[in-house]
Amino acid sequence: MQQQTIAVLVNDYPGVLTRVSTLFGQRAFNIDSITVGGTEEAGLSRMIITTGGDDRQIDQLMKQLNKLIDVISVTNLSANSYVSRELALIKVSASPSQLAELNGIVEPFRAAIVDVGPTSLIVQVTGDTEKIDALLVLLQNYGVLELTRTGSVAMARSIVPATAAATV
Amino acid sequence: MSVEMAEIQKKNSIPPIQFGEEVSGAETLLRCLLLEQVEYIFGYPGGAVLPIYDSLYGSYFKHILTRHEQGAIHAADGYARATGKPGVCIATSGPGATNLVTGIATAQMDSVPLVCITGNVAQSLIGTDAFQEANITGITVPITKHSYFVRDVRDLPRIVKEAFHIATTGRPGPVLIDIPKDVANAIAPFTYPETVDVRGYRASVVPDDEEVQHFVTAIKAAKRPVIMAGGGIIAASADQELLAFAEKARIPVINTFMGLGGFPGVHELSLGMPGMHGNFTANQALLNADCVIGLGVRFDDRITMGRTKEFAPNARIVHVDIDPAELGKNVSTAVTVTGDVKSTLEKAIPLITACESEAWIRQLKDWQEKQPYKYKTDGDTLKPQAVIELLYRSTDGEAIVTTDVGQHQMWTAQYYKFKNARSFISSGGLGTMGFGFPAAIGAQIAHPERITIAVVGDGGFQMTNQELAIVSQYNIPVKVAIVNNQCLGMVRQWQELFYDNRYSQIDLTCSPDFVKLAEAYGVKGLRASTPQEAEAVWAEALAHDGPVVVDFRVAQEENVYPMVAAGNTLDQMELGDD
Repeated sequence: MQQQTIAVLVNDYPGVLTRVSTLFGQRAFNIDSITVGGTEEAGLSRMIITTGGDDRQIDQLMKQLNKLIDVISVTNLSANSYVSRELALIKVSASPSQLAELNGIVEPFRAAIVDVGPTSLIVQVTGDTEKIDALLVLLQNYGVLELTRTGSVAMARSIVPATAAATV
Repeated sequence: MSVEMAEIQKKNSIPPIQFGEEVSGAETLLRCLLLEQVEYIFGYPGGAVLPIYDSLYGSYFKHILTRHEQGAIHAADGYARATGKPGVCIATSGPGATNLVTGIATAQMDSVPLVCITGNVAQSLIGTDAFQEANITGITVPITKHSYFVRDVRDLPRIVKEAFHIATTGRPGPVLIDIPKDVANAIAPFTYPETVDVRGYRASVVPDDEEVQHFVTAIKAAKRPVIMAGGGIIAASADQELLAFAEKARIPVINTFMGLGGFPGVHELSLGMPGMHGNFTANQALLNADCVIGLGVRFDDRITMGRTKEFAPNARIVHVDIDPAELGKNVSTAVTVTGDVKSTLEKAIPLITACESEAWIRQLKDWQEKQPYKYKTDGDTLKPQAVIELLYRSTDGEAIVTTDVGQHQMWTAQYYKFKNARSFISSGGLGTMGFGFPAAIGAQIAHPERITIAVVGDGGFQMTNQELAIVSQYNIPVKVAIVNNQCLGMVRQWQELFYDNRYSQIDLTCSPDFVKLAEAYGVKGLRASTPQEAEAVWAEALAHDGPVVVDFRVAQEENVYPMVAAGNTLDQMELGDD
């Protein structure tokens, strides 16, 4: 069982998300995360869905998704090199006096403290899943009061030499 | 407007359709249906579809007023299966729409083209739990090929055009159009697109030449090949191509339940039906074949028994299907072709040569002779199998036969040798009791010149027998053959075999007197309890110019054999007592 990231280009109509998510339930696939948003073309949305499955299961999932009338295209991003990012907002139990100390922790992650209150502050971080998990481990020493994170947004890398396609 | 469209309107529409004329959404809908060459509509009116029924008043359409929406959709389904044309039904919002659900799921499972039109409350009331409001597009997401909620009357012509295109192309299926009442009442200039452009929908049917070449090469190498022909043969109208291909390649043919009639049941290469209640030879063919050629089949668990690794253990599986998602879904395949079976076989026939299969064919013939379907006759007791044999004999396999679901359905599949495509109409995938009788009405309307028999059980018939009203009202000459064993026979059989004879809730002995019930609706009713009575009564039924209900009182304890019990493999077949 491997985690796979599927990009699904769909019509931006009411009910399309229901059709896609229903298909997952109907065919006994699990959705680990799903993000939906606009695209370069008006009237279309792109769903980034992470799910688990072997090659045969993922092949069947992609074929079933392709059968939906509102689905324009389905791409398994995991089949090639791709860029993936999540966004997380983490509310940490801390006082303003601990700001500098926390800044020292979040800075190497290129994260930012975006809100400071009397007893808590909010850290904003973007990156791949592992990076966000790693920051969370560190922040848990202070006490994580609240966490909200998106699923992945992802995109296939441009067809360029491997050295130029290094993660940025 | 195209020449073809102009001809249609000239022929069918009085007054002629005027493009650009300001008309209501309801009138727009009916004009669109006319331009789609719809002849019959099966439906039931209600508050939310009053504008549509008002436009229907005095119009050119032949509307069949069923007595329940489920009857309407099953009738539309029967019409579609008998003709290959899309069936059309109308229901009102809320309960009217939800009463279509079983019929929509039935059509989806068996890939039947339907266009289901439902009314809904006005958009200003949507989401308020208004009277008779139901989110029918949401309810039916998993059981439709596609569905539309019409928000603007100006979208309606495009939506109807797309709905018919989607329902009938690629792998056929049901499409639902939900029309709020305010849209049905809204006025707009009438237009109708001549072409369809659904960006996300690619219904390609013609297979790639290279795939066909692989298909042919794989088959040529086989010594013990067998074709497993499914509902895709019938959906693609590929029965003649299948016949030509099988004869030229000398390959025996198994017809799945959904494929019955797709290859003549009396042909020397016909092996009949495989699977749970299939015959010995068809199952032995799958167990011993070196190449199984699946044509328009989905390797359903009633054939593989869900034991896909043990299914056809010695064979390379070659699979042709118009739906790419079916390829490799249930069984592992060696060669696949994406395309409809008609196009595939048209390309393959010139390339194929006869396989070295004569020894294999002789072996299969030997099995057929030694292990045919069989049952014990017992003096004056009327056996259900004998009833089906009587129906077959009396119609020479030429009738359209519909069924409900249960023992009678399996006996019909076993003992009626279907010669023609679109002659056997039954709910295969969903297994819908109550389907047979209304489906027969739709089929009979489509083919008034043919004998149409609804073989039903005493259980299933009571789910939709209110439609006796419409065979009476419209004098639709369906012959209803009730295989009446006074119980839920298939449930009884499973309780006998797997639940230690604990017959829980299967007793139907207090059913109505079906002869009197028929007569109450003004329909001729007859009864037979012995083989002799059955012969005489059935002859009377066939001679009667109108609908007839025949109550065949059959032995209650009869079981359907052969049988492969759930969880077993095809080599663990119980042949029944001799």
